[in-house]
Amino acid sequence: MLATIAFLIPLPPLAAFAVILLFTRRHRALSTAVAVGMLALSVCGALIVAAGALRTADLAGNPIAESIPWIPGAADGSGAIRIGVWVDGLTVLTLCFVAVTLFAIFIYSIGYHNFGAPEGRQDVPGLPPHGSTAGGDARRVPSVEPLYTRFFAFISLFAFGMLLLVLSDNLATLFIGWEVMGLCSYLLIGFWFARERARRAAVKAFLVTRIGDVLMLLGLALCWQFSRSLSLREILDPENLARMAAATSGVPGLSAAGLTALLLLAGTIGKSAQWPLHIWLPDAMEGPTPVSALIHAATMVSAGVYLLLRTAPLLSAAGAPATDAAAFVGAFTALLAAAIALAQTDIKRVLAYSTISQLGYMVAAAGIGAYTAAAFHLAMHAFFKGLLFLGAGSVIHGVDHGAMHEGRETDTQDMRVMGGLAGRMPVTFAAFLAGGLSLAGFPLLTAGFWSKDEILAAAWNTSTAVFIVLAAAALLTAFYTARQIALVFLGRPRSAAAAHAAEPSRWMLAPIAVLAVFAVTAGWAGIPDNFPILGGVIPNGIERLLHPAAQPLSSAAVANLMETRQPICCILAAPEKTPFSYAALMVSFLVSLGGLLLGWLVYRRYQAEQKDPLERLLGPAFGFLQAGCRFDDLYRILFAVPARWIADVVVSDWIDRRILDGALHAAGRAAGGVGRLLRNGIDLPLINGAADRIAGGTRRAGAELRSLQSGRVQEYLLIGLLVFTACGAALVWRMLN
Amino acid sequence: MIPLSWYLLFAAALFGIGLYGALARRNAVAIVMGIELMLNAVNVNLLAFWRYLAPAQMNGQVFAAVLLAVAAAETAVGLALIISVYRLRNTVLPEETDLMRG
Repeated sequence: MLATIAFLIPLPPLAAFAVILLFTRRHRALSTAVAVGMLALSVCGALIVAAGALRTADLAGNPIAESIPWIPGAADGSGAIRIGVWVDGLTVLTLCFVAVTLFAIFIYSIGYHNFGAPEGRQDVPGLPPHGSTAGGDARRVPSVEPLYTRFFAFISLFAFGMLLLVLSDNLATLFIGWEVMGLCSYLLIGFWFARERARRAAVKAFLVTRIGDVLMLLGLALCWQFSRSLSLREILDPENLARMAAATSGVPGLSAAGLTALLLLAGTIGKSAQWPLHIWLPDAMEGPTPVSALIHAATMVSAGVYLLLRTAPLLSAAGAPATDAAAFVGAFTALLAAAIALAQTDIKRVLAYSTISQLGYMVAAAGIGAYTAAAFHLAMHAFFKGLLFLGAGSVIHGVDHGAMHEGRETDTQDMRVMGGLAGRMPVTFAAFLAGGLSLAGFPLLTAGFWSKDEILAAAWNTSTAVFIVLAAAALLTAFYTARQIALVFLGRPRSAAAAHAAEPSRWMLAPIAVLAVFAVTAGWAGIPDNFPILGGVIPNGIERLLHPAAQPLSSAAVANLMETRQPICCILAAPEKTPFSYAALMVSFLVSLGGLLLGWLVYRRYQAEQKDPLERLLGPAFGFLQAGCRFDDLYRILFAVPARWIADVVVSDWIDRRILDGALHAAGRAAGGVGRLLRNGIDLPLINGAADRIAGGTRRAGAELRSLQSGRVQEYLLIGLLVFTACGAALVWRMLN
Repeated sequence: MIPLSWYLLFAAALFGIGLYGALARRNAVAIVMGIELMLNAVNVNLLAFWRYLAPAQMNGQVFAAVLLAVAAAETAVGLALIISVYRLRNTVLPEETDLMRG
């Protein structure tokens, strides 16, 4: 029963996508009702399944799973692909936060796209609404988004992709959901397609994630090759993992499991915007803010980490190369993106880099084996980062309102022209503060603290280097969060638009309020039992849900491993609980509070037109960070310019024009030469000549012989006589001799 | 008795006269007459050979009789042709009737 419901969860949004595009495209209210109603069905299903799963006693050993045959295999049944659902602790956790954020952001989108507002006369599809001057008032009021229904169709399709991915028990449908989300990401980043920058950002996002996707597809192929199955349960079966860890991959120093894990990690790097493929996410902020919140903060980018956690046993079996790569990429990305976020002035780009940085935390946590902490942070991050983006959208909306009120064009995403919004938008401020403190890891109270602390504690116990990098990143995180809050909400308004900003509609405030509650309280479900005083007050649901993720190996597999001397048996055994450490906790306290305090001190007196205080401190390095460490330029020089050069010079000029065209021309000339040779050598003299000579000879013979045909009977008679005489004479001559 | 060779010589002379007439005469009627002479020379030969070599049988006489009939028919057809040509072309000279010249 639960499995059947789980099967059905992804389908209503897909139906909504089709219905909106095919039937209700022209009716905004109807389309909204279809999209939200269908999603509500999915959310209900998800909650029922989650509740059922939570009541199951031994979820890890006895997950809610069912599969049906999809693609038939050979006659003996091998090679068949089955698809189905697999609901274990990780799925339940992901399903819950996905459902909550999806629903909140659907509701938020209604208000964000000014549902119910009049249509603007100058609004064109593909551009954000300019506002309308309804009612004869000279001042503009917000107008409804011209492609309102299309937006809901796209995010419905996206919801389908995400739910499908989360529930999949096999890599085939997981990959389908993965790619559907990639498509939706492309469509929604380019939602305002009349903007050049949005189009470029959409293409960039699509292409950059494609690199990861292709490598991931190779990883899927390897899974198939070594396991003869795409089913996650069969691939992650300990004995199969032991086989894969013992098999060679063809790459020196890597087992089959290692290579597969690295390729899947590449998929994660692309989807979760990890260095070196992180460059698409900041540009993706060109999309509408609900899209940034939903796809590029809460769900789609989480899918990469989800894949990593889903295949965690494979990562463990892969051992050092893959886990080290994950830990390095994650930690480096966390620090790098946090540093870049320091220097951003666009309210959404700060959050984008922050997302990259937080996802880096999770990847690093997975790399050091702290899967539970990574999953915990994944869920908490979805709540507080979704909240922050919704808050940012609300701020932009409010400042837009102020700009319209004043009739001026202002860059309404530039934090330097904001300030003092706390008084104008108290609800948004409160919610943003909750989200920001959670992101910064404000101790004890917020969700972000508990999840980040768990990662730091795990790092403290496993890898000092990772711990130092992540702690530094946490310090920077707290600093840029304080900077953002100070710039946007504190001080005095630094522009007329900010001075006249107004709180948005209830459609937008309600989801923000709900997420704010989650962003603070959700973490309380994951307080470690061994935490002083607070531990055990609230049972650690996250731990109970996720802990038995790894299954002990069977004795046969252990014996097999002992023979091949693969040092993975210890990793595959159930992980031990992270011991509590006061030092790690102190560091966690210190970086969070210290960063917040520093940021607040530096930015609380920021004035309009003033240089950024950090710019005075850092000098040229600030500009370098502001440009995202110039990765875009680096990649342009490393890849785009050579690619264009190869296309222009090597392929187009040399290969195409000279070699291929030259070969074609040479072949043409050679064929012409052979043709001429045949014509002059064979056709003309032999065939034509023979025919001509036969015809000419016949004609000449006729001309010669016609003189015989005199028409005179007596001459014929005479000729006959002569011939007869000659023949007779010859006969007689023969007879006589 | 007159030896066979005399008949044969006579027949050869008659044939030669006929041949000359057929070849040399310009008038078509004369040509037909030459042809008749040659036919009669053959007849003389047939009859002479029959009388001297196989007088008991009558084959030679039958041949001669058939040949006479053929000669008569031939003369009739030839004269009819000559009259027809004369009507069309107003001449009986073969050298002027050369429509079939190549």
